[in-house]
Amino acid sequence: MKIDSIQNGIVLDHITAGNAMRLYYDLGLDKLDCSVAMMQNVKSGKMGKKDIIKVDKDEYDIDLDVIGYIDSGVTVCIIKDGVTIEKKKVDLPKKLINIQKCKNPRCITAIEPNIPHIFNLTDEKRRIYRCIYCEDSARP
Amino acid sequence: MKHLIDPMDLSVEELDEILELGEEMYTHPEKYAELAKGKKIATLFYEPSTRTRLSFESAMLDLGGNVIGFSSANDSSVSKGESVEDTVRTVGCFADVIAMRHPNEGAPKLASMVSPVPIINAGDGGHNHPTQTLTDLLTIRREKGKLDHMTIGLCGDLKFGRTVHSLIKAMSRYAGVKFVLISPKELRVPDYIISDVIEPAGLSYEEVESLEDNIGKLDILYMTRVQRERFFNEADYVRLKDTYILDKKKMKLAKDDMIILHPLPRVNEISPSVDDDPRACYFRQVKYGKFVRMALISKLLELK
Repeated sequence: MKIDSIQNGIVLDHITAGNAMRLYYDLGLDKLDCSVAMMQNVKSGKMGKKDIIKVDKDEYDIDLDVIGYIDSGVTVCIIKDGVTIEKKKVDLPKKLINIQKCKNPRCITAIEPNIPHIFNLTDEKRRIYRCIYCEDSARP
Repeated sequence: MKHLIDPMDLSVEELDEILELGEEMYTHPEKYAELAKGKKIATLFYEPSTRTRLSFESAMLDLGGNVIGFSSANDSSVSKGESVEDTVRTVGCFADVIAMRHPNEGAPKLASMVSPVPIINAGDGGHNHPTQTLTDLLTIRREKGKLDHMTIGLCGDLKFGRTVHSLIKAMSRYAGVKFVLISPKELRVPDYIISDVIEPAGLSYEEVESLEDNIGKLDILYMTRVQRERFFNEADYVRLKDTYILDKKKMKLAKDDMIILHPLPRVNEISPSVDDDPRACYFRQVKYGKFVRMALISKLLELK
Protein backbone atom coordinates (compact mmCIF):
# COMPACT_ATOMS: atom_id res chain seq x y z
CA MET A 1 0.00 0.00 0.00
CA LYS A 2 1.41 3.40 -0.91
CA ILE A 3 0.39 6.80 0.39
CA ASP A 4 2.12 9.81 -1.09
CA SER A 5 4.31 11.99 1.07
CA ILE A 6 2.89 15.41 1.89
CA GLN A 7 4.37 18.77 0.90
CA ASN A 8 3.09 20.90 3.77
CA GLY A 9 1.49 19.63 6.94
CA ILE A 10 1.96 17.33 9.87
CA VAL A 11 2.84 13.66 10.25
CA LEU A 12 2.09 11.86 13.49
CA ASP A 13 4.45 8.91 13.65
CA HIS A 14 5.02 6.13 16.18
CA ILE A 15 1.38 6.06 17.25
CA THR A 16 0.71 2.96 19.33
CA ALA A 17 -1.17 0.56 17.03
CA GLY A 18 -4.90 1.02 17.59
CA ASN A 19 -4.74 4.62 18.83
CA ALA A 20 -4.97 6.39 15.45
CA MET A 21 -8.75 6.37 15.30
CA ARG A 22 -9.12 7.91 18.75
CA LEU A 23 -6.53 10.58 17.89
CA TYR A 24 -8.34 11.24 14.62
CA TYR A 25 -11.56 12.11 16.39
CA ASP A 26 -10.14 13.70 19.56
CA LEU A 27 -7.91 16.01 17.50
CA GLY A 28 -10.93 16.98 15.41
CA LEU A 29 -9.30 15.75 12.20
CA ASP A 30 -12.70 14.52 11.01
CA LYS A 31 -13.76 18.16 10.76
CA LEU A 32 -10.94 19.25 8.43
CA ASP A 33 -11.57 19.67 4.72
CA CYS A 34 -8.01 18.77 3.66
CA SER A 35 -6.59 15.32 2.90
CA VAL A 36 -6.00 13.24 6.00
CA ALA A 37 -4.41 9.80 5.67
CA MET A 38 -4.53 7.26 8.45
CA MET A 39 -2.52 4.05 8.37
CA GLN A 40 -3.00 1.31 10.89
CA ASN A 41 -0.74 -1.60 11.84
CA VAL A 42 2.22 -0.40 9.77
CA LYS A 43 5.33 -2.58 10.24
CA SER A 44 7.84 -0.94 12.58
CA GLY A 45 11.34 -2.05 13.56
CA LYS A 46 11.07 -0.56 17.06
CA MET A 47 7.39 -1.04 17.81
CA GLY A 48 6.49 -4.16 15.84
CA LYS A 49 3.51 -2.32 14.42
CA LYS A 50 2.38 1.26 14.65
CA ASP A 51 -0.18 3.71 13.31
CA ILE A 52 0.59 6.86 11.30
CA ILE A 53 -1.53 9.92 10.51
CA LYS A 54 -0.73 12.46 7.80
CA VAL A 55 -2.49 15.82 7.64
CA ASP A 56 -2.01 17.69 4.39
CA LYS A 57 -2.61 21.21 5.65
CA ASP A 58 -0.20 24.10 5.89
CA GLU A 59 0.11 25.93 9.24
CA TYR A 60 -2.22 23.58 11.02
CA ASP A 61 -2.17 24.18 14.79
CA ILE A 62 -2.32 20.75 16.38
CA ASP A 63 -3.15 20.24 20.07
CA LEU A 64 -0.07 18.54 21.49
CA ASP A 65 -1.74 18.05 24.88
CA VAL A 66 -4.40 15.82 23.30
CA ILE A 67 -1.69 13.73 21.64
CA GLY A 68 0.42 13.57 24.81
CA TYR A 69 -2.56 12.47 26.90
CA ILE A 70 -3.72 9.74 24.54
CA ASP A 71 -0.33 8.46 23.41
CA SER A 72 2.77 10.09 24.83
CA GLY A 73 5.17 8.16 22.56
CA VAL A 74 4.02 9.88 19.38
CA THR A 75 6.49 11.80 17.20
CA VAL A 76 5.12 14.94 15.59
CA CYS A 77 6.85 15.91 12.32
CA ILE A 78 6.24 19.32 10.77
CA ILE A 79 6.64 19.20 6.97
CA LYS A 80 7.40 22.29 4.88
CA ASP A 81 7.95 22.11 1.11
CA GLY A 82 8.33 18.35 1.36
CA VAL A 83 11.07 18.57 4.01
CA THR A 84 10.79 17.71 7.70
CA ILE A 85 11.69 20.98 9.43
CA GLU A 86 10.83 19.95 12.98
CA LYS A 87 10.47 16.67 14.84
CA LYS A 88 9.33 16.42 18.41
CA LYS A 89 8.38 13.72 20.91
CA VAL A 90 5.28 14.46 22.88
CA ASP A 91 5.26 14.11 26.69
CA LEU A 92 2.38 13.58 29.09
CA PRO A 93 0.87 17.05 29.62
CA LYS A 94 0.88 18.38 33.19
CA LYS A 95 -2.61 19.80 32.82
CA LEU A 96 -5.61 18.88 30.67
CA ILE A 97 -8.16 21.54 29.83
CA ASN A 98 -11.34 20.31 28.15
CA ILE A 99 -9.61 17.19 26.84
CA GLN A 100 -11.06 14.69 29.29
CA LYS A 101 -14.50 15.04 30.88
CA CYS A 102 -14.94 14.24 34.55
CA LYS A 103 -17.07 11.11 34.85
CA ASN A 104 -18.03 11.56 38.51
CA PRO A 105 -21.80 12.21 38.50
CA ARG A 106 -21.44 14.08 41.80
CA CYS A 107 -18.80 16.50 40.45
CA ILE A 108 -19.77 20.15 40.04
CA THR A 109 -18.88 19.81 36.33
CA ALA A 110 -21.88 17.47 35.99
CA ILE A 111 -24.35 20.26 36.75
CA GLU A 112 -22.57 23.44 35.61
CA PRO A 113 -22.31 23.13 31.83
CA ASN A 114 -20.08 26.11 31.16
CA ILE A 115 -17.10 25.43 33.37
CA PRO A 116 -13.88 23.96 31.95
CA HIS A 117 -13.05 20.34 32.75
CA ILE A 118 -9.54 20.57 34.18
CA PHE A 119 -7.32 17.69 35.27
CA ASN A 120 -3.84 17.82 36.80
CA LEU A 121 -1.26 15.08 36.36
CA THR A 122 -0.84 13.81 39.92
CA ASP A 123 1.08 10.59 39.34
CA GLU A 124 3.35 10.57 36.31
CA LYS A 125 4.52 6.97 36.83
CA ARG A 126 1.01 5.55 36.87
CA ARG A 127 -0.25 8.21 34.41
CA ILE A 128 -3.05 9.32 36.71
CA TYR A 129 -4.83 12.62 36.34
CA ARG A 130 -7.23 14.07 38.88
CA CYS A 131 -10.12 16.46 38.37
CA ILE A 132 -9.22 19.74 40.08
CA TYR A 133 -12.76 20.00 41.48
CA CYS A 134 -13.65 16.55 42.84
CA GLU A 135 -10.28 14.70 42.58
CA ASP A 136 -11.86 11.85 40.62
CA SER A 137 -9.20 10.12 38.54
CA ALA A 138 -8.80 9.76 34.81
CA ARG A 139 -6.34 7.72 32.82
CA PRO A 140 -5.48 7.98 29.15
CA MET B 1 -5.96 35.71 49.47
CA LYS B 2 -6.26 32.40 51.27
CA HIS B 3 -9.16 29.95 50.88
CA LEU B 4 -9.82 26.71 52.76
CA ILE B 5 -11.07 24.16 50.25
CA ASP B 6 -9.05 21.08 51.16
CA PRO B 7 -7.52 20.33 54.56
CA MET B 8 -4.14 20.18 52.81
CA ASP B 9 -4.47 23.87 51.88
CA LEU B 10 -3.12 24.56 55.36
CA SER B 11 0.49 23.78 56.21
CA VAL B 12 1.13 21.97 59.49
CA GLU B 13 2.35 25.30 60.90
CA GLU B 14 -0.82 27.13 59.83
CA LEU B 15 -2.90 24.29 61.21
CA ASP B 16 -1.11 24.48 64.55
CA GLU B 17 -1.61 28.26 64.65
CA ILE B 18 -5.35 27.85 64.10
CA LEU B 19 -5.64 25.10 66.71
CA GLU B 20 -3.68 27.16 69.22
CA LEU B 21 -5.82 30.21 68.59
CA GLY B 22 -8.95 28.04 68.83
CA GLU B 23 -7.82 26.79 72.24
CA GLU B 24 -7.08 30.33 73.37
CA MET B 25 -10.52 31.49 72.20
CA TYR B 26 -12.10 28.53 74.00
CA THR B 27 -10.36 29.55 77.22
CA HIS B 28 -10.81 33.35 76.92
CA PRO B 29 -13.77 34.02 74.59
CA GLU B 30 -14.35 37.52 76.03
CA LYS B 31 -11.03 38.76 74.63
CA TYR B 32 -12.25 38.16 71.07
CA ALA B 33 -15.84 39.42 71.37
CA GLU B 34 -15.25 42.40 69.05
CA LEU B 35 -12.46 41.11 66.84
CA ALA B 36 -14.62 40.92 63.69
CA LYS B 37 -16.72 44.01 64.35
CA GLY B 38 -18.01 45.40 61.04
CA LYS B 39 -17.26 42.17 59.15
CA LYS B 40 -19.81 39.83 57.56
CA ILE B 41 -19.80 36.15 56.81
CA ALA B 42 -22.13 34.76 54.12
CA THR B 43 -23.23 31.19 54.73
CA LEU B 44 -24.25 29.77 51.35
CA PHE B 45 -25.78 26.39 52.16
CA TYR B 46 -27.12 24.60 49.09
CA GLU B 47 -28.09 21.59 51.19
CA PRO B 48 -29.45 21.29 54.74
CA SER B 49 -27.23 21.50 57.78
CA THR B 50 -27.82 22.19 61.45
CA ARG B 51 -24.45 22.06 63.14
CA THR B 52 -22.10 23.43 60.53
CA ARG B 53 -24.21 26.43 59.50
CA LEU B 54 -25.12 27.40 63.05
CA SER B 55 -21.52 26.84 64.12
CA PHE B 56 -20.23 29.25 61.45
CA GLU B 57 -22.92 31.78 62.27
CA SER B 58 -22.38 31.66 66.03
CA ALA B 59 -18.61 31.79 65.48
CA MET B 60 -18.97 35.06 63.55
CA LEU B 61 -21.48 36.48 66.03
CA ASP B 62 -19.17 35.63 68.94
CA LEU B 63 -16.41 37.52 67.14
CA GLY B 64 -18.68 40.58 66.99
CA GLY B 65 -19.40 40.22 63.26
CA ASN B 66 -22.60 39.77 61.29
CA VAL B 67 -24.16 37.00 59.22
CA ILE B 68 -25.99 36.86 55.89
CA GLY B 69 -26.80 33.94 53.60
CA PHE B 70 -29.25 31.20 52.71
CA SER B 71 -29.89 27.77 54.15
CA SER B 72 -31.26 25.98 51.11
CA ALA B 73 -30.87 26.29 47.36
CA ASN B 74 -34.62 26.91 47.09
CA ASP B 75 -34.29 30.17 49.04
CA SER B 76 -31.87 31.75 46.58
CA SER B 77 -31.42 32.62 42.92
CA VAL B 78 -30.04 29.12 42.49
CA SER B 79 -33.66 28.05 42.08
CA LYS B 80 -33.76 30.37 39.03
CA GLY B 81 -30.76 28.59 37.56
CA GLU B 82 -27.95 30.90 38.67
CA SER B 83 -24.48 29.35 38.46
CA VAL B 84 -22.23 28.90 41.49
CA GLU B 85 -19.78 31.36 39.95
CA ASP B 86 -22.35 34.13 39.53
CA THR B 87 -23.76 33.60 43.02
CA VAL B 88 -20.29 33.86 44.54
CA ARG B 89 -19.31 36.92 42.53
CA THR B 90 -22.52 38.59 43.71
CA VAL B 91 -22.30 37.60 47.37
CA GLY B 92 -18.62 38.57 47.37
CA CYS B 93 -19.80 42.18 46.90
CA PHE B 94 -21.62 42.02 50.26
CA ALA B 95 -19.61 39.72 52.51
CA ASP B 96 -15.99 39.58 53.72
CA VAL B 97 -15.82 35.79 53.80
CA ILE B 98 -18.05 33.00 52.43
CA ALA B 99 -18.72 29.57 53.92
CA MET B 100 -20.22 27.28 51.27
CA ARG B 101 -21.87 23.88 51.51
CA HIS B 102 -22.86 22.22 48.26
CA PRO B 103 -24.09 18.72 47.34
CA ASN B 104 -21.77 18.62 44.32
CA GLU B 105 -18.10 17.84 44.78
CA GLY B 106 -15.73 20.65 43.89
CA ALA B 107 -18.29 23.49 44.06
CA PRO B 108 -16.26 25.43 46.68
CA LYS B 109 -13.12 24.95 44.57
CA LEU B 110 -14.94 26.45 41.60
CA ALA B 111 -16.15 29.28 43.84
CA SER B 112 -12.59 30.00 44.99
CA MET B 113 -11.49 30.45 41.38
CA VAL B 114 -13.75 33.49 40.92
CA SER B 115 -14.45 34.82 44.41
CA PRO B 116 -13.26 38.26 45.50
CA VAL B 117 -13.29 37.11 49.16
CA PRO B 118 -12.00 34.00 50.99
CA ILE B 119 -14.05 30.83 50.50
CA ILE B 120 -14.40 28.22 53.22
CA ASN B 121 -15.53 24.77 52.13
CA ALA B 122 -18.28 23.82 54.58
CA GLY B 123 -18.73 20.40 52.93
CA ASP B 124 -18.94 19.44 49.26
CA GLY B 125 -20.83 16.23 48.52
CA GLY B 126 -18.88 13.17 49.60
CA HIS B 127 -15.57 14.93 49.00
CA ASN B 128 -14.15 17.17 51.74
CA HIS B 129 -15.20 18.91 54.92
CA PRO B 130 -12.09 20.71 56.17
CA THR B 131 -13.68 22.68 59.02
CA GLN B 132 -15.04 19.44 60.48
CA THR B 133 -11.43 18.26 60.31
CA LEU B 134 -10.26 21.33 62.22
CA THR B 135 -12.97 20.51 64.75
CA ASP B 136 -11.81 16.89 64.96
CA LEU B 137 -8.17 17.91 65.37
CA LEU B 138 -8.94 20.41 68.12
CA THR B 139 -11.02 17.76 69.87
CA ILE B 140 -8.21 15.19 69.69
CA ARG B 141 -5.65 17.75 70.82
CA ARG B 142 -7.73 18.81 73.82
CA GLU B 143 -8.86 15.32 74.78
CA LYS B 144 -5.63 13.39 74.10
CA GLY B 145 -3.05 16.17 74.40
CA LYS B 146 -1.35 15.35 71.07
CA LEU B 147 -1.99 14.51 67.42
CA ASP B 148 0.87 12.12 66.69
CA HIS B 149 1.52 8.44 67.52
CA MET B 150 -2.11 7.48 67.69
CA THR B 151 -4.13 4.56 66.37
CA ILE B 152 -7.30 5.94 64.86
CA GLY B 153 -10.20 3.75 63.81
CA LEU B 154 -12.60 5.17 61.25
CA CYS B 155 -15.84 3.24 61.14
CA GLY B 156 -18.91 3.19 58.91
CA ASP B 157 -19.30 4.89 55.56
CA LEU B 158 -15.72 5.53 54.52
CA LYS B 159 -16.60 5.83 50.83
CA PHE B 160 -18.91 8.84 50.86
CA GLY B 161 -17.91 10.14 54.31
CA ARG B 162 -16.26 13.44 53.44
CA THR B 163 -15.23 14.04 57.06
CA VAL B 164 -13.32 10.75 56.93
CA HIS B 165 -11.41 11.73 53.79
CA SER B 166 -10.49 15.12 55.20
CA LEU B 167 -9.44 13.71 58.58
CA ILE B 168 -7.22 11.05 57.00
CA LYS B 169 -5.52 13.71 54.87
CA ALA B 170 -4.88 15.90 57.91
CA MET B 171 -3.78 13.11 60.27
CA SER B 172 -1.45 11.61 57.64
CA ARG B 173 0.92 14.51 58.27
CA TYR B 174 1.60 13.46 61.87
CA ALA B 175 4.24 10.87 62.77
CA GLY B 176 3.33 7.43 64.00
CA VAL B 177 -0.36 7.58 63.13
CA LYS B 178 -1.98 4.22 62.32
CA PHE B 179 -5.31 3.96 60.53
CA VAL B 180 -7.77 1.12 61.09
CA LEU B 181 -10.41 1.49 58.36
CA ILE B 182 -13.55 -0.34 59.47
CA SER B 183 -16.29 -0.63 56.86
CA PRO B 184 -18.29 -3.04 54.74
CA LYS B 185 -16.58 -3.80 51.40
CA GLU B 186 -19.03 -1.55 49.54
CA LEU B 187 -18.17 1.49 51.66
CA ARG B 188 -14.38 1.33 51.75
CA VAL B 189 -12.34 4.53 51.34
CA PRO B 190 -11.78 5.61 47.72
CA ASP B 191 -8.57 4.22 46.23
CA TYR B 192 -6.93 7.62 46.02
CA ILE B 193 -7.03 8.02 49.81
CA ILE B 194 -4.82 4.95 50.10
CA SER B 195 -2.61 5.51 47.04
CA ASP B 196 -2.23 9.29 47.19
CA VAL B 197 -2.49 10.03 50.92
CA ILE B 198 -1.72 7.17 53.31
CA GLU B 199 0.89 5.22 51.35
CA PRO B 200 3.03 8.24 50.31
CA ALA B 201 3.07 9.33 53.98
CA GLY B 202 4.55 5.93 54.87
CA LEU B 203 1.87 5.30 57.50
CA SER B 204 0.43 1.92 58.33
CA TYR B 205 -3.22 1.08 57.72
CA GLU B 206 -5.51 -1.89 57.64
CA GLU B 207 -8.93 -2.33 56.05
CA VAL B 208 -11.17 -4.51 58.21
CA GLU B 209 -14.87 -5.28 58.56
CA SER B 210 -15.32 -6.06 62.27
CA LEU B 211 -15.63 -3.30 64.86
CA GLU B 212 -15.64 -5.76 67.80
CA ASP B 213 -12.37 -7.40 66.74
CA ASN B 214 -10.53 -4.11 66.36
CA ILE B 215 -11.93 -1.65 68.91
CA GLY B 216 -9.49 -2.80 71.60
CA LYS B 217 -6.44 -1.45 69.76
CA LEU B 218 -7.80 2.05 69.14
CA ASP B 219 -6.89 5.36 70.81
CA ILE B 220 -9.59 7.16 68.84
CA LEU B 221 -12.77 5.77 67.32
CA TYR B 222 -14.30 8.00 64.66
CA MET B 223 -17.84 6.80 63.99
CA THR B 224 -19.77 7.94 60.92
CA ARG B 225 -23.32 7.76 59.67
CA VAL B 226 -24.24 5.85 56.53
CA GLN B 227 -25.66 8.77 54.57
CA ARG B 228 -28.93 8.10 52.78
CA GLU B 229 -28.47 11.19 50.58
CA ARG B 230 -25.27 9.80 48.98
CA PHE B 231 -26.91 6.63 47.63
CA PHE B 232 -28.46 6.44 44.18
CA ASN B 233 -30.08 3.16 45.20
CA GLU B 234 -32.34 3.07 48.28
CA ALA B 235 -32.00 -0.72 48.61
CA ASP B 236 -28.22 -0.40 49.08
CA TYR B 237 -28.75 2.18 51.81
CA VAL B 238 -31.25 0.01 53.68
CA ARG B 239 -28.93 -3.00 53.47
CA LEU B 240 -25.89 -1.11 54.81
CA LYS B 241 -27.28 1.50 57.19
CA ASP B 242 -27.11 -0.52 60.42
CA THR B 243 -23.88 -2.41 59.76
CA TYR B 244 -22.22 -0.88 62.83
CA ILE B 245 -23.89 0.06 66.08
CA LEU B 246 -21.65 1.12 68.94
CA ASP B 247 -23.20 0.13 72.25
CA LYS B 248 -22.16 -0.43 75.87
CA LYS B 249 -21.21 -4.03 75.17
CA LYS B 250 -18.69 -3.03 72.49
CA MET B 251 -17.40 -0.18 74.67
CA LYS B 252 -16.35 -2.77 77.27
CA LEU B 253 -13.81 -4.03 74.70
CA ALA B 254 -12.28 -0.55 74.24
CA LYS B 255 -9.34 1.02 76.09
CA ASP B 256 -10.21 3.12 79.15
CA ASP B 257 -8.77 6.24 77.53
CA MET B 258 -10.10 5.70 73.99
CA ILE B 259 -12.18 8.64 72.78
CA ILE B 260 -15.23 8.46 70.52
CA LEU B 261 -15.71 11.17 67.91
CA HIS B 262 -18.62 11.57 65.51
CA PRO B 263 -19.20 14.46 63.08
CA LEU B 264 -22.97 14.20 63.82
CA PRO B 265 -25.82 13.93 63.11
CA ARG B 266 -25.99 10.33 64.23
CA VAL B 267 -28.81 7.96 63.42
CA ASN B 268 -28.37 4.44 64.82
CA GLU B 269 -24.62 4.00 64.76
CA ILE B 270 -24.07 5.10 68.37
CA SER B 271 -26.57 3.92 70.92
CA PRO B 272 -27.77 6.77 73.19
CA SER B 273 -26.73 4.53 76.10
CA VAL B 274 -23.10 5.39 75.26
CA ASP B 275 -23.66 9.15 75.61
CA ASP B 276 -22.95 9.15 79.37
CA ASP B 277 -19.65 7.32 78.94
CA PRO B 278 -16.84 9.84 79.63
CA ARG B 279 -15.10 8.54 76.50
CA ALA B 280 -17.95 9.88 74.35
CA CYS B 281 -16.65 13.24 73.07
CA TYR B 282 -19.08 13.99 70.25
CA PHE B 283 -21.08 16.71 71.98
CA ARG B 284 -17.95 18.40 73.35
CA GLN B 285 -16.64 18.13 69.78
CA VAL B 286 -19.51 20.38 68.60
CA LYS B 287 -18.43 23.05 71.05
CA TYR B 288 -14.80 22.90 69.94
CA GLY B 289 -16.09 23.31 66.38
CA LYS B 290 -17.37 26.81 67.04
CA PHE B 291 -14.08 27.97 68.53
CA VAL B 292 -11.94 26.53 65.78
CA ARG B 293 -14.19 28.23 63.19
CA MET B 294 -13.73 31.51 65.09
CA ALA B 295 -9.98 30.99 64.82
CA LEU B 296 -10.20 30.14 61.11
CA ILE B 297 -12.32 33.19 60.28
CA SER B 298 -9.86 35.40 62.20
CA LYS B 299 -6.93 33.96 60.27
CA LEU B 300 -8.55 34.21 56.83
CA LEU B 301 -9.62 37.81 57.50
CA GLU B 302 -6.21 38.55 59.05
CA LEU B 303 -7.88 40.00 62.12
CA LYS B 304 -5.61 40.94 65.01
